[in-house]
Amino acid sequence: MTTKFEVNGKSVSVDVEPRLTLADCLRYNLRLTGTHIGCEHGVCGACTVLVNGDAVRACLMLAVQAEGARVVTVEGLSNDADLTPLQKSFRKHHALQCGFCTPGFITTAHALLTEEPDCDADRVREVLSGNICRCTGYIAIVEAVLDARAAYKKEGAR
Amino acid sequence: MKLPAFEYACPATLKEAVALLASHDGEAKPIAGGQSLMPMMAFRVAQPSLLVDLRKLPDLNKIAIDKDGVRLGAMVRWRDIQDDKRLATAHPLLLGAIAHVAHYQIRNRGTVGGSVCHADPAAEMPGIAITCDAEMTVMGKGGQRVINAKDFFLGALTTALEPDEILTEVKLPAWPVTRRLGFQEFARRRGDFAMAGIALFYDPDAGGKVGNAHVGVIGVGDKQRRLAKAEAAINGNAVNDATIAKAAEAASAEVEPQDDIHASAAYRRALTGTMVERALKSAAS
Repeated sequence: MTTKFEVNGKSVSVDVEPRLTLADCLRYNLRLTGTHIGCEHGVCGACTVLVNGDAVRACLMLAVQAEGARVVTVEGLSNDADLTPLQKSFRKHHALQCGFCTPGFITTAHALLTEEPDCDADRVREVLSGNICRCTGYIAIVEAVLDARAAYKKEGAR
Repeated sequence: MKLPAFEYACPATLKEAVALLASHDGEAKPIAGGQSLMPMMAFRVAQPSLLVDLRKLPDLNKIAIDKDGVRLGAMVRWRDIQDDKRLATAHPLLLGAIAHVAHYQIRNRGTVGGSVCHADPAAEMPGIAITCDAEMTVMGKGGQRVINAKDFFLGALTTALEPDEILTEVKLPAWPVTRRLGFQEFARRRGDFAMAGIALFYDPDAGGKVGNAHVGVIGVGDKQRRLAKAEAAINGNAVNDATIAKAAEAASAEVEPQDDIHASAAYRRALTGTMVERALKSAAS
């Protein structure tokens, strides 16, 4: 089926089988391999992307269901000039080690901070409970997200 | 695992959606947010021949509140419930329960209708429907019908829906301002399915006594259900330590848990009593 949607600001048109998930479509059809696929059944959060601004699991959505939607992947949350405030904060706090889960944490944290730049540590922990990280023990990730709040308060920043 | 192959349709009207479901010998499935159906397909627990996407159907994403109660369209997402400021007074039990549904990303896609039709015994929304005597409006080839919650949930992952029927609305009866409520569930990790959960409410009578107690349990046994003996232990009494202890004991005795990989039957039975105790304490405070 031909499906058209927007990814990171660009219109795309893909010809996909209905059974293809949005996560696989992003990786294989659009070669946006920043979106990682961990569990393929909605448990790990590694494939989190933004659809019309909301953080969602790309493995629990069909590519054909993205018709007309505005999709942002982890690639869309970076630029070539400099690290973003959220990226800088993850680096500063050692909020990643192997990096497999990081795209899911970045997209989820970005959605949270965009909507709730005043969130407290409890809220950050609640939101991040849907993402699994086997390296860090989470404490550094929570600190990184809390530290990035200032940038989102200032500019609603990317 | 990658999903098994299926056909896909995204009709613009309810009539078309029903006709599509009816055309596949019971092998077609509606998909709303897909947050339960997609994992089931990944595990090959479900292998529908046709998926009928409900996302273009008009008016199923509305929350209507009036003197008769709260009407939730089947495509209302958990996120929509949490964002609706009116529900803090219009249905605080619903709002309290929904805070426990899954994780942030799932709440952005998961729907009321999807959860109710999936009918997981541990899920919050079917538990609220049972506890509050909800009415489900469904549309099928034979027209529209309304099914009471107690007749809707038949067992684990099994409902009274016919293969050609689509749930369109869940109606929760009006919530009086004086009603007291408690919602408690226990899971090892926040957002995971409860090993036991209790939703309850009662209405204060004159003289410090209470009546109209509704106590619903999720995550224990093969379906969500009301606990009549726990309710009887509350009705006509003041909610004090003695009443709370009796209700908790009655609830523990009344449930029919089984051993599984997450918890033993004995543990779930004890946990049910503890949840009743905590829910009643929070209702009375």
